[in-house]
Amino acid sequence: MMQGLLNWIDARFPLTKVWNEHLAEYYAPKNFNFWYFFGSLALLVLVIQIVSGIFLTMHYKPDAEMAYASVEYIMRDVPGGWFIRYMHSTGASAFFIVVYLHMFRGLIYGSYKGPRELVWLIGMAIYLALMAEAFMGYLLPWGNMSYWGAQVIINLFNTIPVIGSDVSTWIRGDYVIADATLNRLFALHVAALPLVLVALVFVHIVALHVVGSNNPDGVEIKKLKDENGIPLDGIPFHPYYTVKDIVGVGVFLLVFFAIIFFGPEMGGYFLEHANFEPANPLKTPEHIAPVWYFTPFYTVLRAVTLSPFMGTLAMFGAIVLLALLPWIDGNPIKSWRYRSKAHTINILLFAACFLVLGYLGVKPVIPMLKELGTRMTEIYFMFFIVLWIHSKPGKANFVMWFLILAAVIVGIDLFRYNPEATDDASQIVWQWIFPIGYLALTLLLPGVVKSFNTEKIVPERVTS
Amino acid sequence: MENSEVDKGRRRFLIGATSVVGAVGTAAMAAPFLNSWNPSERAKAAGAPAEVNLSKVQEGQLVRVIWRKKPVWIVNRTKEMLDNLPSNDPLLKDPGSEVATQQPDYAKNPFRTREGKEKFLVLIGICTHLGCSPTYRPELAPPDLGADWKGGWYCPCHGSRFDLAGRVFKNVPAPTNLVVPVYSYKNENTILIGLDENGEAA
Repeated sequence: MMQGLLNWIDARFPLTKVWNEHLAEYYAPKNFNFWYFFGSLALLVLVIQIVSGIFLTMHYKPDAEMAYASVEYIMRDVPGGWFIRYMHSTGASAFFIVVYLHMFRGLIYGSYKGPRELVWLIGMAIYLALMAEAFMGYLLPWGNMSYWGAQVIINLFNTIPVIGSDVSTWIRGDYVIADATLNRLFALHVAALPLVLVALVFVHIVALHVVGSNNPDGVEIKKLKDENGIPLDGIPFHPYYTVKDIVGVGVFLLVFFAIIFFGPEMGGYFLEHANFEPANPLKTPEHIAPVWYFTPFYTVLRAVTLSPFMGTLAMFGAIVLLALLPWIDGNPIKSWRYRSKAHTINILLFAACFLVLGYLGVKPVIPMLKELGTRMTEIYFMFFIVLWIHSKPGKANFVMWFLILAAVIVGIDLFRYNPEATDDASQIVWQWIFPIGYLALTLLLPGVVKSFNTEKIVPERVTS
Repeated sequence: MENSEVDKGRRRFLIGATSVVGAVGTAAMAAPFLNSWNPSERAKAAGAPAEVNLSKVQEGQLVRVIWRKKPVWIVNRTKEMLDNLPSNDPLLKDPGSEVATQQPDYAKNPFRTREGKEKFLVLIGICTHLGCSPTYRPELAPPDLGADWKGGWYCPCHGSRFDLAGRVFKNVPAPTNLVVPVYSYKNENTILIGLDENGEAA
C-alpha cells in the first residue's frame, strides 16, 4: 500500500531520488568530529527562528507608537508569549554562536579551498544576510538601544563621500529614525530577508552535495572508490550522521532552553538593558554597544580613525577578506593537522584576536582599550597577509616578510604617535608588543626554527 | 521553410534586442520601488524648515522650537552676554569653532551666528556627549556653577558645560561644541531653521 503510494508520487515527483541523493546515498566522510555538528545546528536554529518569528508577528505591531507596547504585551499578556519571544531573541544569539563555530571549522580544516570555493562564498552571503536580518530585527522592539543602535548603523552610510547623507535618508525614509524606518525594516525582516536566507541555505547545501563534504583530515574521499563507485571512506549520511546530529541537537537544545528559562538576557549581552526603555530620540543611552555578535567589527570601525569613511571601509573590508580566503590561502594542504605549527599558531591567534575584538566592542573607549582595539585590528588584517605567506612555506622568506610587516607596524605607530596626547602615546609605546609578537610567532619563528615550518604528509585515506 | 538553415546572426540579434528591452524594462520597474523608499510627503512636511518669528523673543530669553524632532534653541543675547563671551576663551576646548561638523561655515566666528545678527544664537539643544538636553543657565556666577560662570548651559546628565555661544568647556565629558543648524533669515524678523542659501539641511 505504502509502496504503491510512493510509486505514484515518484512517477510525478522525484521523491525517492532526492531522498537517496541527499540522505540515504549521500556519502559523507566517516571521520566527522565535534566540529561537524554546527552545520545541522544552524539549520535547526533557522527553523526555530522562522517558527517563533511567525508567531511573534501575530501579536507584534510595526508602528512607532505601538511597537514597544506590543512587545510588552507579548511578554506579559499573550499566553506563553514570553517563551516565544525569548526563543526568538535567544535564537538570534544562538544562530551567531553556531555560525561562528561553523566558520571556524571551515578555517581550521581548509573547507573553503577548491573545489569548495562556492560553498564558502555562498556561506559568506548567508552570513551577510544573517547580519542584516539580525540588525533589522533588533530595531523592532523599539527600545532605546534599538533606536540608537540603528541610528549608529544607518549613519555609517553617511560617511560615504558625496552621496552619503542622501543614501541614509533614503534608507530611513525620514530625516531621523522614524515610523517609516521601523515599518520598512519590519517588512524586510519578516518577508524579504527570510526568503533570501532560505534560498541561500538551499543553494549552500546543493553546492555542498555536488562537491561533497570536507573532513578533519582534508582528504578528498571521492578519489578512492570501491567497485560500486562508493567512496571507501564514505558512509551514508542517513542513518549515520542523522543519528549523530540528533545527539548534537539534544545537547544544543539543553543549553538553549536552559538559557531561555534561567537567563534569557544573558547579563545584558543577548538583550541589552537599555532596550527595556522605549525609544527616545532626545536621549541617548549612557553607553551604546551593539549586540555581541557585531562587536568584533564594531571595534574595527572604532579603531580606524583616519576618517569616518575609512573606518566604515575597514569594517566591511574585514568581512570581505573572509570571503576571499579561498584565494588568499594558496597552500594545497587543507587541514591544519598536516600543516606547519606556525600555521596552527596563526589560526589560534586569529581566533583569540577575534574574541578580544568582540570583547572590546562592548566596552567604553578608554585609552588602554582603544589602543588594544587598534592593535587587534592590525593583527586581524595581518592574519590574511601571513596566511598568504604561508601558502608556500618551502619557498617563502619568512624573516624578510617579518621585517617588512614589522616596519609597516612601526611606520603606522610613528604616524600615530603624538607626544602631546600623553594617554594615547603611553599606550602606543608598550602595546606594539602585540602585533610584533604576533609576527614573531607566525613568521620569525618558522623562519628561524625549522620544526615550526615543517608540514606533514597528508595520508591517502582519512584517519580513524 | 522547414528545411531552411538557422540564421544564427538574426537569432543573435533577436536575443540581444530582447535582452536589452528586458533589462531596460527591469530597470524602469525598479525605479518606483526604489523611489518609494524616499521620505514621504508627510515626512517631508514634518522635516520642512521651521519658521520662527524673532520679534517675540525678548532680550535674554531662550525659545525652544522643534525641528525634525530635535529641540532647537533660539536665544536673544544681551549686549552684556556678547561682551562676556571672549573672556571664556582660555577655558574652552574649541574657542575658535574649528570642528567643521559643529556649525555651517557662516557661523564659524566668535559669536557662532550669521554676520550682522550676532544677537540671535541658534543651536540644536542636544548635548554632544550623549544626547541629553542641557539646562539654560543665563545668570552670572550662581553658587552651584562657580564665580567664573558667565552664563550658558549646564547638562544635568553628566555635567557638561557650554558658554552662551554653545562652546564647550574644557574637562567636561562633551567632546565638541553644540551644533549650530543650517539656518537663514527670510526677512529681518523671521528665521528659517533647516534652510540656507545652499538649500535644505541634509
